[in-house]
Amino acid sequence: MANVTRERALRNTLLQRSEAWKAAADRARRLMTRGTDDVDDATQLVDDYRLLAHDLARARRLMPESRARTFLESAYAQAHAALHKQASHPGYALWSLFRDQIPAAVRWLRPHIVWVSLLFVTSVLVGGWLVHTYPELINLFASPDLIATVERGELWTEGLLNIVPSSVLSLQILTNNVVVSLFAYCAGFLFGLGTFYIVGLNGLMLGAIFAFTSQHGLDDELFRFIVAHGCVELSVMVLSGAAGAAVGEALIRPTTARRGQSFQLAALRTGKVIVACVVLLIGCGFIEGYISPDPEFPLWTRLIVGIGYWLFMIALLRGWLFGRSRSAVPIEA
Amino acid sequence: MNERGDAAFDSPRTSAESDLVVDSATGVEVSLPVAGPGARSYAFVIDWHIRIVVAIAWYVVAALIFNGEWSLVAPLEPDATWFGLVLLPAVAIYLLYHPVLEIAMRGRTPGKRVAGVRIVTHDGALPAMPAHLIRSVFRLIDSFPVFYGIGLVTAVVTKNHVRIGDLAAGTLLVYDRGDASVLEHVSATALASRLDAHTAEVVNELLARWDALDGEVRSRLARTLLAKLEGAEVEMLDDATLRARLEQLARGDSAQ
Repeated sequence: MANVTRERALRNTLLQRSEAWKAAADRARRLMTRGTDDVDDATQLVDDYRLLAHDLARARRLMPESRARTFLESAYAQAHAALHKQASHPGYALWSLFRDQIPAAVRWLRPHIVWVSLLFVTSVLVGGWLVHTYPELINLFASPDLIATVERGELWTEGLLNIVPSSVLSLQILTNNVVVSLFAYCAGFLFGLGTFYIVGLNGLMLGAIFAFTSQHGLDDELFRFIVAHGCVELSVMVLSGAAGAAVGEALIRPTTARRGQSFQLAALRTGKVIVACVVLLIGCGFIEGYISPDPEFPLWTRLIVGIGYWLFMIALLRGWLFGRSRSAVPIEA
Repeated sequence: MNERGDAAFDSPRTSAESDLVVDSATGVEVSLPVAGPGARSYAFVIDWHIRIVVAIAWYVVAALIFNGEWSLVAPLEPDATWFGLVLLPAVAIYLLYHPVLEIAMRGRTPGKRVAGVRIVTHDGALPAMPAHLIRSVFRLIDSFPVFYGIGLVTAVVTKNHVRIGDLAAGTLLVYDRGDASVLEHVSATALASRLDAHTAEVVNELLARWDALDGEVRSRLARTLLAKLEGAEVEMLDDATLRARLEQLARGDSAQ
């Protein structure tokens, strides 16, 4: 009987603190959304957190099915999230991403970049050999319109700007390239097989079309068209493929106790490289829309643009564009 | 990697009731109820309708302005203005709806708000921007083959009802009990003098929902409560008087 009376008294005493809980919940919500520069306000949140923890522990025991407990669970979770919220410095985060984190992730990806590059080059060679040896196989890699155009002795890129303005062409191309790049990355989830399929297929198509245009004496023209944007575009394809391969490897050979954790770690690490890939593809889209199809640009200009943009890509991926020195100590991804 | 970084990669701990349980410095665990496939789908359907309606609305208004007549058809030779002002923004609204709003609304979207869910990390915190972006990028896989088939199946079969994007970003959806309230009608004086904890909650609940309840039901509940607490004859009291008596009780005022 004494116990029942005691617990009833404890419950009432607990509920009498509800005004303090409401104040704590309001503060947690406010600091979560707006933050504060007031040290006293932040310190008070720590005190609130202790108060809510103490009262929640009691409410869980004394009145587990009550509204008060539900409120305390919510207020405590909010205070926890507000206290553990990371400081937000978007400018610094962006600078740090390009200066340190992307170079570190690229460094971590180096073995994957080598293997995916080999896969891509091999696919190009195989595609070229297949169409060179069995010309009819071009039907597997190219559309009937494209084949008919090349057989007439023209490239499908000729007169492209008469049909579509450069700006529209740029946006179409960059959207398509970004989607392909993201797919090559995400498809790594299928234990890397999806990524290998996309990279391999793109390599086969490139090799096949080069071999086909070569048979009709148009390979020089195709090279002229591709060189300005292709150096970076193909490198980005390999880079996003390498990121996808790393995600796949994390599932096949997990580096942590659980596959899920390993996958998450790899996805978050390599996701930074995908940001760089998207940035680079925007540039490629504009080059492919404004320079590549324009016959006014001579080959030497295209070479300069292609090689220059490729060097820009290297500088971006090494962090040099954002003040990282060549002798800087590598950072763990 | 710092301590919080490690925590972010820990497997989430869940209780028997499918709550996300997070250790805290106070020793009292934070408990967040994990949202299931139903709540996820509900939120998604609302969001999908919002983004499709807004995207179409943009297209219609911009196309009418661009064409200068009652026609939504693209010109035969669309130029950059058509593409940049009519088509691209509509596509951007549709594709960027989730990442932009989830970042801006701290793990929520209008649909998630209606469904009462939000995105958190495995340690109960708000996800950082990279996690939101990774989560959105993996929608490409989750949306296969149609209507988020892979995402839905994954949400059904995984322990914490997460889709592949959540697995990649280390996030999950929990119910948001942000609208929970406590004893807004009952004073400390009443608790100290006349009401025990359970009765106080019932009185508070009844007053909070007074206008939403059917008149006969609320009168019957009020009479039962008042008869139990005051032992007085309350059968003849009307609705307004019953409410006034309950409010008086909740304030801790002496009975008239």
